[in-house]
Amino acid sequence: MSTAILAGLTGAALIGLGLYGLITHPHPLRKILAFNLLGSGVFLIFGIIARKGAAAGFAADPVPQAMVITGIVVAFSATALAVALLLRLVQETGRTTLRPDAPAKPPDAGADA
Amino acid sequence: MTVLQALDIGLAALVLAVAGWTIVAREAFAAVVGYVAYGLLLSLVWVRLFAVDVALTEAAIGSGVTGVLLISAAARLRKTEAPATDERLGAPLRLLAGTVCAVVAAALAAVVLLMPDPGSTLAPEAAQHLAETGLGNPITAVLISYRAFDTMLEKVVLILAVIGVWSLAPDRYWGGAPGPQRVARHEGALAFLAQLLAPLGIVVGVHIFWVGADEPGGAFQGGAILAAMWMIVMMARLVEAPSISALWLRLTLVAGPVVFLAIGVLGFAVASGFLTYPTGFAKPLILFIEAFMTLSIAATLPMLVMGPPSRPPRP
Repeated sequence: MSTAILAGLTGAALIGLGLYGLITHPHPLRKILAFNLLGSGVFLIFGIIARKGAAAGFAADPVPQAMVITGIVVAFSATALAVALLLRLVQETGRTTLRPDAPAKPPDAGADA
Repeated sequence: MTVLQALDIGLAALVLAVAGWTIVAREAFAAVVGYVAYGLLLSLVWVRLFAVDVALTEAAIGSGVTGVLLISAAARLRKTEAPATDERLGAPLRLLAGTVCAVVAAALAAVVLLMPDPGSTLAPEAAQHLAETGLGNPITAVLISYRAFDTMLEKVVLILAVIGVWSLAPDRYWGGAPGPQRVARHEGALAFLAQLLAPLGIVVGVHIFWVGADEPGGAFQGGAILAAMWMIVMMARLVEAPSISALWLRLTLVAGPVVFLAIGVLGFAVASGFLTYPTGFAKPLILFIEAFMTLSIAATLPMLVMGPPSRPPRP
């Protein structure tokens, strides 16, 4: 089995693991973490596409590689925004739950936390 | 089995084991620490795929900067973890979710195994026009020349994320500064590390940006290293984060995309259209754009990690 296939299979397994964490973890921070895991699995599958496109003296096709680099940066900005939203939610309600019917703390208790 | 193959299999097993740990770990903090290790292992996999540029980006941004962001969030959220656990899904639902995820992973694995070899590729086209850009690194050429539009819009996404994060500030803090306050007396390992590492890191960051034209590296990787250096001196409380209304900060944040867009529009007049470069001037123009992009990335990433302003503006 070549390195590229092995990396692709690792990517497939990572997507499965990340998806599982995203569905089952109640804590939003764990969901964000699992979503990043899922994303890096997708990037790895791009990696095998790049490696299989090796031609013209390049060890890997540069186009998917450039897209992965762009993807990593965009994934980071989305993560940063998600974390900021979560911290603000905790500041406002004192809870991390995403349930709409959750009882909120009185607004004073959570502010400036 | 050769040594390299054995290493590949060991590396893949290690990546999956650490990834599994980030999902099953009881505490969010432990999971996040696992995620940082996972990112570094993953960048080794990228090296094995001959994608050194991606490996650098994954190590610097995917593992490093994301790691700092998540670790500080996990530390602040420690107290809220207990109430969230009573919302855990029941065993039948978890089993169902596990089955669905296993099916998704298996389908993707089948796609990987059935992928044609050699697959479709744009490498010959990239190689053919590489000489016209004057660059030696085809990935930089894709990012700043062939698919320049993507990269420019991505810079805009970064700015939108900063605006999104800042807009979460309570009204009374608007115009203030995020992050910890500076302290007069510096002590401890972090302050020492920051004083020792920052000068070296700045040199390394600028070098990675500069060699990116011909070797693995570039604006993203170099900018991320510079960003890490700024973050470490802020976290060691040697310097304070600037207030978000500071004009120089806002100009630095938008410098990359503005210069990119201006040179792109200039392409209508001096070359063959939007985001095209005149023959013979491609390389200097690309490096000019990249220099401002490096600066913008070095300012944007720390602002995203520091979060919304946390104190009122100084009168």
